[in-house]
Amino acid sequence: MSVVPTIGSAAPAQRQFLAELLQAGLLIDGGAPGLYGRGPGFERVRLAVDGLVDRIAAADLAEPLRFPPVMPRRHLETSGYPATFPHLTATIFAFEGDEADAAEQSRCVSCGEDWSAYQRMTDLVLTPAGCYPVYPAIAQREPLPRDGIVVDAGGTYVFRREPSQDPARMQMFHQRELVRLGPPSAVAGWRRTWLDRAIDLLTRLQLEPVADVASDPFFGRQGRILASGQREQALKFEVSVSIGGEQPTAVASFNYHRDHFSGRFGIRSQDGGTVHTACLGFGLERITLALLYRHGLDTSGWDDPLRALLMLA
Amino acid sequence: MNDQIRRIVLEHVRLAIPAEQLHDDTDLYACGLTSHASVTLMLAIEDQLDLEFPDHLLKREVFSSVASIAAAASGLQAVAAP
Repeated sequence: MSVVPTIGSAAPAQRQFLAELLQAGLLIDGGAPGLYGRGPGFERVRLAVDGLVDRIAAADLAEPLRFPPVMPRRHLETSGYPATFPHLTATIFAFEGDEADAAEQSRCVSCGEDWSAYQRMTDLVLTPAGCYPVYPAIAQREPLPRDGIVVDAGGTYVFRREPSQDPARMQMFHQRELVRLGPPSAVAGWRRTWLDRAIDLLTRLQLEPVADVASDPFFGRQGRILASGQREQALKFEVSVSIGGEQPTAVASFNYHRDHFSGRFGIRSQDGGTVHTACLGFGLERITLALLYRHGLDTSGWDDPLRALLMLA
Repeated sequence: MNDQIRRIVLEHVRLAIPAEQLHDDTDLYACGLTSHASVTLMLAIEDQLDLEFPDHLLKREVFSSVASIAAAASGLQAVAAP
């Protein structure tokens, strides 16, 4: 059976902001809550933010790799994601059947009936975070050089089944991810450096960022233990800014996985040393929304230093 | 209680030390207990001792040693007893 999703609640200011964004053509109603087209004004700012991250990331000499927003289901299974985030696991179903099934599917569609019986789970899932395809890709290679590597996974679309009236909670959005794989001390230091860089970046964008220890939205009672462990060990930091909510909204996260991914995917080092991983993600739409919320929907009215920083002509 | 917990730990967790070196105060996380394995351990204890840890005990530190788990579990059994 198809499921009518629960729509997440939103503060009045968030709903108002969404209405203004749609009215101004910055976002385009995509026909479902949390699903939007992006107008030219929005994309210009989003790409400008992405470019700003590019310029900061240049110092890392990161290897640019790009992946589609869909990945093999077995890779997500290996990562352990379905166990810890069952509520966010989204597999892809597709038609499987003969001509009679196709005819029956078509009849159900035209009659407005449930046609899920003709759709089967495929070997693909929607990518839940931009770094997930990176680990199996690196695991296929020769063992890592002793100092490890940095991968720039770009600004890739990711999917989260969290329909909401809050414009900052989209079901599909661009996560600008970088991943560090290497010796534990180098990986931990890299994450710290990037936390500082992100605070600096968001401060220069005049967004008054706040950084704090955070935890992932793990599922259920077992998730409480995982979240407590994550906080206790400070494995996740988030940087938040105001986008109209009662609380600031997280726009960037900095995650230290220790040997979780390297162990599960078998990522090794040439010198036989322990390999840890960390990733960071900038929510490009959220930073764009924060800029529009803070500085106004008309970018031509933004002050010169801000426009210069973003290289907006 | 400690013996029961020790048995469940040895049954469900792959530790980096031999069984005879698992003492009541041994730091399980230092011996290879991962966050994910602590969840498996929590579920096994609930199942075998027929109890349910309330939310405030679902914390990493509670599952850090046999003694700590036993203390939390005995508290629950005491509450449940008539």
